[in-house]
Amino acid sequence: MSEILSRKSLSPNVFQITVAAPAIAAGARAGQFVVIIPATQAERIPLTIADSDQAKGTITIIFQLAGATTRLLTSLQVGEKIPHILGPLGVPSEIEKFGRVVVVGGGVGIAEIYPVVKALTAAGNEVVTIVGARNKELLIFQSELSVVSCQLLVATDDGSSGRKGFVTELLAEAIKERPVQRVIAVGPVPMMKACCDLTREAGIKTIVSLNTLMLDATGMCGVCRVKVGGENRFACVEGPDFDGHLVDFADLTSRLGTYKDLEKKADDHVCRLLRGKNG
Amino acid sequence: MAEDKTNARMRERPVAERIRDFEEVPLGYTAQQAVAEAKRCLQCKDPKCVKGCPVEIDIPAFIKLIAQGLPAEAASKIKETNSLPAVCGRVCPQEEQCELTCILNAKKAPIAIGSLERFAAEAESKENTEPRRSAAGSASIAVIGSGPAGLTCAGDLAKLGYQVTVFESLHVIGGVLQYGIPEFRLPKKIVDLEVQYVKSLGVKIVSDHLVDEIDGLLKEYQAVFVGSGAGLPNFLGVPGENLPGVYSANEFLFRVNMMKAYKFPEYLTPVKIGKKVAVIGAGNVAMDAARVSLRLGAEEVLIVYRRSRGEMPARREEIVRCEEEGVKFHLLTAPIALYPDQSGWVKEMECEKMELGEPDQSGRRRPITVPGSEFKLPIDTVIVAIGNSPNPLIIRRNPGVRANDRGGIIVDDRQATSLPGVFAGGDIVRGSATVISAMGDGKRAARRIDEYLRAAGQRL
Ligand code: FES
Repeated sequence: MSEILSRKSLSPNVFQITVAAPAIAAGARAGQFVVIIPATQAERIPLTIADSDQAKGTITIIFQLAGATTRLLTSLQVGEKIPHILGPLGVPSEIEKFGRVVVVGGGVGIAEIYPVVKALTAAGNEVVTIVGARNKELLIFQSELSVVSCQLLVATDDGSSGRKGFVTELLAEAIKERPVQRVIAVGPVPMMKACCDLTREAGIKTIVSLNTLMLDATGMCGVCRVKVGGENRFACVEGPDFDGHLVDFADLTSRLGTYKDLEKKADDHVCRLLRGKNG
Repeated sequence: MAEDKTNARMRERPVAERIRDFEEVPLGYTAQQAVAEAKRCLQCKDPKCVKGCPVEIDIPAFIKLIAQGLPAEAASKIKETNSLPAVCGRVCPQEEQCELTCILNAKKAPIAIGSLERFAAEAESKENTEPRRSAAGSASIAVIGSGPAGLTCAGDLAKLGYQVTVFESLHVIGGVLQYGIPEFRLPKKIVDLEVQYVKSLGVKIVSDHLVDEIDGLLKEYQAVFVGSGAGLPNFLGVPGENLPGVYSANEFLFRVNMMKAYKFPEYLTPVKIGKKVAVIGAGNVAMDAARVSLRLGAEEVLIVYRRSRGEMPARREEIVRCEEEGVKFHLLTAPIALYPDQSGWVKEMECEKMELGEPDQSGRRRPITVPGSEFKLPIDTVIVAIGNSPNPLIIRRNPGVRANDRGGIIVDDRQATSLPGVFAGGDIVRGSATVISAMGDGKRAARRIDEYLRAAGQRL
């Protein structure tokens, strides 16, 4: 049980909550995640730890409203408790002094890269952060990221902020400008894949953080398996970070689609429930 | 006399009724049946049955109490050595243990010890026990995992007066008893009652808590028992294995048993079952997956197994129930590839026929391919039930605990690991263990931990 201490929406569909979880905060490292069950009947969902404060015993989570279980999570107010939260899970991101590093974030990935950028900068890297969204409204975490990045570059689909176009264009330019020792990409699968295609040619090691399906998230059920370098790897215990040049993105995408057609039914059910609760 | 040749059978729900829901299949003895069965017991002076019991239940004593019409007392007798009788009465393979060694086997059917154990546990489950308090100042012990090994170890240590805390990473207590064994074989309210009993002994249980570093625990606790259970499922290693529609049995059963996906969308975790399901493997887990598939509405369920009937590792009674419920068996058959339909969902399984060659290390005859025997089976769901490795987390994060090349923690014959003060048992040691062998490990470990702490002068 963890109490929600603060809660706000960052963009129409993206929410930030800070919860009291001292044990998790004490151990959390960049790149790790928690599993949350926001209500008895809900799913176990993995969410990246966007920030943690060991002194206060809190962790911050950014998530997108993307179906039934996240809808239940958005319905919890400050002072209410999340019934179950488990973590920190997953292998922490590899943080070393690489030199010049480009970190690319898209969608909620923009918030998820924050602890990684922070840790990489603290480790003495020159970090170029590139973020992308459909429009200006969806650009989250800008001030936080600008504080910890050497350079913050923005791309939007409609040109409402920064470059009109894709993050990959900015990535290509950054690589051209000066040598890059490492790239980290976190966001929608097509974005991660596009970044990897680009860096493969340039021969720059690229790490991606995979958002596979998960259940137990403790290395027991096997649902988080994904082909990496031709072998099955398990994202909850061996990831979520993998070498992007070895990831079979088609395999990942097809597995992520397994329950797509049931999502609406679940969400409708939750909407009805919440309507009942509120009225 | 006719009734001497067989033991009394529990009543069972008829097939047509039971395959439509998740309610329990056997109904348990009536009081009359139980007393009659108990009276067949010869009350041997040197009971062979007890030697077959991994948790050392005083079997003749509890049976005598049932014969005397004292089922609650019988349950207390069982609980002197076994904290989970309602579980054992249902899922132990008694036919390979106590009932196998029953002296009556020579001439007649053995005593139905499992059914009697279940009956006694039932009679008592209605009673409430006052929580016991562990002696102040006694040593503290941490147990990692609340499955059968952990609960048994915790219960035994609490009975010895230690302060025990169990850490469970999942949101529900019971481990495989919750996520693995289906409701119709082990109702979850029975598991909850058994957990309640272990708590009443003074054991503290913390859920949603992942223990990673044992060193940290050893600062607070004088001993640690690791019962963190099963790990990553084995897969076939054939093309198409990651297609949507292909589950590991762990995943499939976790969705249905733990997350109650059979009540979707009231419960939000989905599960998809097709019309024609192939379950690969022939152990108890495979039988469970097959019977769950039927209950979720599959029209046809096949067990696909590369050896023959004689080698199937499942309990006889589970195989029989599967057959009664209409599961079909494709024996001496091994999958070699899975193919998707247009949408990417699995639609076809290519197999080859096998024949049995020379015995392998397990003593079972090794299946070998029949050349040119490939054929395709139309299917739309595949459940892979060919075992799992021990859970990877503890071993990865604690290099001080030695593990074998299959990822299992190495223990001596009394469950001690390479790290002083740390003991282990169940699936984390064995890979895929039965509930009762995990319980036996937990019991041996508890006794050993007690000795270890006494020797270290930690015992009050
Ligand atoms: S989520 Fe179950 S093994 Fe990774």
